[in-house]
Amino acid sequence: MSMGERIVSLDGVDKSFGAVHALAGVDLACDSGECLGLVGHNGAGKSTLMHVLAGTLRPDRGRILVSGDDLTRSYDVAVAQSRGIRCVFQELSLCPNLTVAENARVFHASLRGLGWRRRAGKLILDKLDEIFPGHSIAPGDVVGDLGIARRQMVEIARAFSVTDTPVKLVILDEPTSSLDAVLAGQLLDFVKRFVAAGGAVILISHLLGEILDTASRVIVMRDGKVVAGRPAAEFTRDSLVAAMGSVAKGADESSARTAKGREGAPVARARPAGQRNGAELVAHRGEVVGLAGLGGQGQTEMLRALFAAARRRSREASVREPVALVAGDRQTDGIFPLWSIEKNITIASLRRMVRGLLVDPRQEAVMAETWREKINIRTPDVGNNILSLSGGNQQKALFARALGSVAGIVLMDDPMRGVDIGTKQEVYGMIRAEAEAGRTFIWYTTEMDELKNCDHVYVFRNGRIVADLARDELTEEKVLHTSFTEEAA
Amino acid sequence: MIRDVLRKPWLWSFVAAFLVWLATMAFTGFKGGGELISAALTFATFFVIVGIGQMFVFTLGPGNVDLSIPATMTLAGSVAMKLMDTQDSMIVIGLLVALVIGVGVGIFNYILILGLRIPPIIATLSSSFVILSAAIAYGRGLRIKPPPLLAEFTTVQVAGIPVLAIAVVILAALMGVVLHRTIYGRSVTAIGQSIRAAGFAGVPVERIRFLTYVLSAVLAALCGYLFSGFSGGSSLSMGEQYLLASIAVVVIGGTSVAGGNGNLPGLWGAALFLFLVQSMLNTYQLSAGLRYLATGLIIIAVITAAGGQKTLR
Amino acid sequence: MIATVLSPKVLRAALPALSLLILLVAVWYLNPRAISPLGFNLMFNLAVPIALATVAQMCVITVNDLDLGIGAYVGFVVCVAATWLYDTPLLGIAALIGGIVLYMAVGALIHVRNLPSIVVTLGMSFVWLGLAILVLPTPGGKAPEWLAALMKYKPPAIPIPGWGDLQIPFPIIAAVVIAIVAHVLLMRTSYGSILRGSGGNPKAIERAGWSLLKTKVVMFGAAGFFGMLAGLALIGLTTSAQANVAERYTLLSIAGVILGGGYFVGGRVSPVGAVIGAMTLTLSLPFLTFLKIPPDWQIGAQGAILIVVLALRAIIDRLGPQQ
Repeated sequence: MSMGERIVSLDGVDKSFGAVHALAGVDLACDSGECLGLVGHNGAGKSTLMHVLAGTLRPDRGRILVSGDDLTRSYDVAVAQSRGIRCVFQELSLCPNLTVAENARVFHASLRGLGWRRRAGKLILDKLDEIFPGHSIAPGDVVGDLGIARRQMVEIARAFSVTDTPVKLVILDEPTSSLDAVLAGQLLDFVKRFVAAGGAVILISHLLGEILDTASRVIVMRDGKVVAGRPAAEFTRDSLVAAMGSVAKGADESSARTAKGREGAPVARARPAGQRNGAELVAHRGEVVGLAGLGGQGQTEMLRALFAAARRRSREASVREPVALVAGDRQTDGIFPLWSIEKNITIASLRRMVRGLLVDPRQEAVMAETWREKINIRTPDVGNNILSLSGGNQQKALFARALGSVAGIVLMDDPMRGVDIGTKQEVYGMIRAEAEAGRTFIWYTTEMDELKNCDHVYVFRNGRIVADLARDELTEEKVLHTSFTEEAA
Repeated sequence: MIRDVLRKPWLWSFVAAFLVWLATMAFTGFKGGGELISAALTFATFFVIVGIGQMFVFTLGPGNVDLSIPATMTLAGSVAMKLMDTQDSMIVIGLLVALVIGVGVGIFNYILILGLRIPPIIATLSSSFVILSAAIAYGRGLRIKPPPLLAEFTTVQVAGIPVLAIAVVILAALMGVVLHRTIYGRSVTAIGQSIRAAGFAGVPVERIRFLTYVLSAVLAALCGYLFSGFSGGSSLSMGEQYLLASIAVVVIGGTSVAGGNGNLPGLWGAALFLFLVQSMLNTYQLSAGLRYLATGLIIIAVITAAGGQKTLR
Repeated sequence: MIATVLSPKVLRAALPALSLLILLVAVWYLNPRAISPLGFNLMFNLAVPIALATVAQMCVITVNDLDLGIGAYVGFVVCVAATWLYDTPLLGIAALIGGIVLYMAVGALIHVRNLPSIVVTLGMSFVWLGLAILVLPTPGGKAPEWLAALMKYKPPAIPIPGWGDLQIPFPIIAAVVIAIVAHVLLMRTSYGSILRGSGGNPKAIERAGWSLLKTKVVMFGAAGFFGMLAGLALIGLTTSAQANVAERYTLLSIAGVILGGGYFVGGRVSPVGAVIGAMTLTLSLPFLTFLKIPPDWQIGAQGAILIVVLALRAIIDRLGPQQ
């Protein structure tokens, strides 16, 4: 493998999911002998870009060139693999019921015939030894019995293992997220050796130190675009953070809220299970409380704990009013796809609408119609199926479900993902009005603009609260810095 | 309006039943068509009773099925018959005991499903072993006749229409109201569409699942009680054909196997269809082997045609 | 050390063998004479066909489906073997191969149309029963001599100096052979990994370039093959055939897989465990007889044994790490 040879390049790649423009004209090139660091805030389009490169997503527009050949039409997983492009996704793609060696076999069609098990075991074991010396994983271990870190190690070693086609480029999406410091160091050292030997790696990580230390070039993504791309040496941690942040001008003043004093007994309080210091989440009546930080740092678990506390006693959380939840993953946790908009809205309020033993359809219709007008759900008839609505309007229906219920506390699990900006503004307005009227909101969001609607923000990292910011202390820089600070800080 | 009716999935089971009836009549030269219909109504009644319970269970979503229906029928039927000992005065007590047995079986099933985390298929299967044994040990295989009044009630007809069928039409209509208009029914369909979304919307998921398995067992017990009355006593094999029948009427009747979409009118169409297919094959004087073969193939064909639609997700 | 032995993983793996051992000890305690070559021959007589049917069921469970028609299918094979295979072997062989092909077609249908397997296989049970009755309308027929001879085979005694002759009963040898063959095919071959993987994480298998249609067809075909062997073994043991002779095999085979440590989903099965599970079920009948449990309660007691084992496993799983 010669150095500096172009392995893959993307040319003006576009990808949309409904109203969301995940990738907007991305150009990207990766040469042999380089480690490309890729950073960006949640929803910047990193994962979508990697799926395009791995062949699991087809772009709407743009060209894909591999080793100089235009493969836009035929590009898929099989082509990517035959061209030596491998990907380690965040969601694991091992079979939990198979052993480590057998999982290597799934990946390499040429591991067959007599002695395949020994060869597969040796292949994966050698790679594990090379990347993670002293790993103590045996080829005969069943993957489902391994802890999350070891599974991640097997997945990584498998991606770098070679049988009949050489490995040219390996994409690592948050590879160190479940590894401890020693293992992460071993992996990054291996990446450097692999690159020095002429391989190429695209490394995605939210640990900026890792990126600055390992990558030769760094690309910053924001809102589906590449906004910066320079040699790693030209970046510092601060300049990376600055490049990632999106400063929406003008919006600040209009959405700003004045901080309220916090007094009296809180309506909800909770402590993450792994919290070591005394920090806890507290919400008072009529407050909008934000949960910030990177995705998957324990915010959703916190909301679940609060939700569960409304039903049974819990050590983690306590609430003093009924609770409703607006789910983040609308499709699996939110809507009932076979039902009308009306039934989707009324499901949490049926108890109020019972006459005799039966639910009164007139009251249902009244409630649905009221909310349709109140939050402007764009449909000619609330009797239509929920799927006839656009994503944003489906989300409004879910808000109507929560706000129309008797719940005094509304939990929101990053519900505005994939919702267009107009709808968002309408919902923000509604939340403010409801909070004025005495409802309490606990809102997990990864978007800075949304945090500006909050009275109080808790920043989460690694399942713990690491910062507690009142309205007037809240700046984007503070949130980003506390989100990204590594353990040492 | 007409287009709306045509879009109803349950319509097809009635169309199929009617076609099978026509095919049978073509063979006999339209002799005995009325009798055939009233016989079909009678036998379909029992399919529908267990079908209602199975339908609620199916509506809870994939993986939910009650395989203990035949055993529950047998146990409830034989205990009630022995207890009543052909005395008319015991009819109500017999019925109550049968229903209590149903409640017990439902609770037992649910303890296995929730308490021991056994998948519903194997839980209801293992419990059916135990239930069947109880029936065998209690009844000793003796056929005890039902009280004459019960036998009469299950067979009496008004203008060629079995009274029991009328009662079960009313029962099905009531259960339709339960499914669509009560909080319980709404909760069942919510869970069937998405158990997670239901939980987040505040539906008490475990309580609803519990009630549904109890409902299924109670209806199976009721069916065992009535069928024993109808067929001149309980027998150990009386539940046999109800395993396939309870599942087939639900699926052919247009209830979604993926859950969340129950369908009550379809149960009647499918139950009539099932019985009429049997009697058509009898009328054609096919041998027993061909009858079984044709029944199996027809069921698979109907399910392939009806069950192949992808869910909306 | 004790911690490793008592770890959930080890306990879970040992549970099937432990259940069988406990049952054997109990039988020995109740009736010491049963633990002899003759006693084993009698007690485990029917273990061979049940074990084969259980392995067939396990193949289907591996790909996250369930076969409610296996009992009727075994009955069909019995009827074909007792008639056509006896009178006109070529026709008999063709019919048996046809059965396996039909099994593969059912697997393909379930995959392509995304149908629930329990409904389709329940319908197939009627098809098999019908075919069996067509082949053999009334009980009768005769087992091919070679089958009967094979099933009555008495292995030569192994002389052990200073003790006497050791006579290993044929059912035990057969069970060991079945377990080894199934284990090698599913657990040791390279394609076996793909087959089990398609139950564990179908998406990953597909992403790695394997056909899920093919894995399903292969596993249903394997179920048809082992089911056929079960039927042949059964007719070799019984004198005459009957269409519904193996009705109970459907439930027994499912129970055997579960007793053997298999799970309904996730491709987590064990061929050796399945054979042990089948033997445990077979042994439970003489055990219940020795316990003087009335025959009426024997099915129920089998169900109770199943529930107890599943309960034990639920407890073990709860001790282990959350998955």
